[in-house]
Amino acid sequence: MTTPSRLPEPYGQASGANLADILERVLDKGVVIAGDIRINLLDIELLTVKLRLIVASVDKAKEMGIDWWESDPALSSRARRDELARENAELRERLARLEELEPGRRAPKEAP
Amino acid sequence: MTGLRYVYAVCRPFGTPLQAELTGVAGAPAGLLHHHGLVAVVSTVPEADFGEEALKAHLEDLDWLAATARAHQGVVDALTTVTTPLPLRLATVFRDDSAVRVMIEAREEHFRALLDRLDGRVEWGVKVYAEEAAAEPVGAPPAAGAKPASGRDYLRQRRARGQAKEETWQRAERFAHALHARLSAHAEDVRLHAPQNSALSQASGLNVLNAAYLVPRAHSEEFVELVDRTKDEEPGFRVELTGPWAAYSFTGDTGGSGDTGQIQDGQGAADVGEGVS
Repeated sequence: MTTPSRLPEPYGQASGANLADILERVLDKGVVIAGDIRINLLDIELLTVKLRLIVASVDKAKEMGIDWWESDPALSSRARRDELARENAELRERLARLEELEPGRRAPKEAP
Repeated sequence: MTGLRYVYAVCRPFGTPLQAELTGVAGAPAGLLHHHGLVAVVSTVPEADFGEEALKAHLEDLDWLAATARAHQGVVDALTTVTTPLPLRLATVFRDDSAVRVMIEAREEHFRALLDRLDGRVEWGVKVYAEEAAAEPVGAPPAAGAKPASGRDYLRQRRARGQAKEETWQRAERFAHALHARLSAHAEDVRLHAPQNSALSQASGLNVLNAAYLVPRAHSEEFVELVDRTKDEEPGFRVELTGPWAAYSFTGDTGGSGDTGQIQDGQGAADVGEGVS
């Protein structure tokens, strides 16, 4: 107690871990063994649960080009492609705005 | 006897007894099943909840899933304090003890190899959050009702917002890369996980790095200090450490096989349509 330690003490997972930390480990990591309860069916269910839990953040991250966990940490390849996609979206919007300015025409609110 | 056997982990025999009050999923006490020089950590679960159909339905229920996951992790965590467990995936269930024994026999070699590789090592989780990226309304639809003075104004605003966001993300990427490289140098193995959904994690900020590092227990203190030192390094980012975990993320094949990419692969290319951001 004389030297104030900055180490988390106790180290227990309860200190920092949230539900997502736990789920990503127990659902997605760990040794996979086909038990007597048919795990092949289960795998599919686990997958759907899993996807539902994380898909929002994955998409958002991909959109932003933060996708290095997918392959090489040194490269973030998608950023450039997303830049194009964003420009594309902007152009589409711009077109829609121009069409709105034209009298007598209604631009569709939703682009595909 | 309508109980099934739920297996949490496999380890080598260890001297210390399990905590008496260590309860597993469904509130049943966890016990040890010794076989062929290995130990399966098991508990009895009701067939009504862990039979095929029931389990399938339960896994769709986030509350049930959360409680079960926490109980599973609770047992594995307790084991981590006394030995190096091989954590099994959630809901690995057998009919009875003899089926568990058969499983151990069938996988004996694999278990021993993994246990050797992971012996004395723990997993540390490190996440980086970008605070400012979340402060702006990422993901909010471009205000549908609001009419900018002109289309040009609208685009100008939109572009400015986009550029600010882009800069934040570039900084985030640089910071996360640098941190990851530094931590990797102090770890035996590394896995990158997909960023977390804040809806589930309840964490503020946007998760831009989510990684697991395999570190010898003996070097853990250094590793923790290293992470600690980076915490205030870069304004606008928050570094979070979790652990020590059992080596969940390192029970797959040796070498950095692409087990981190499998979730994303199913998604197909994210088609960024109008209005996504």
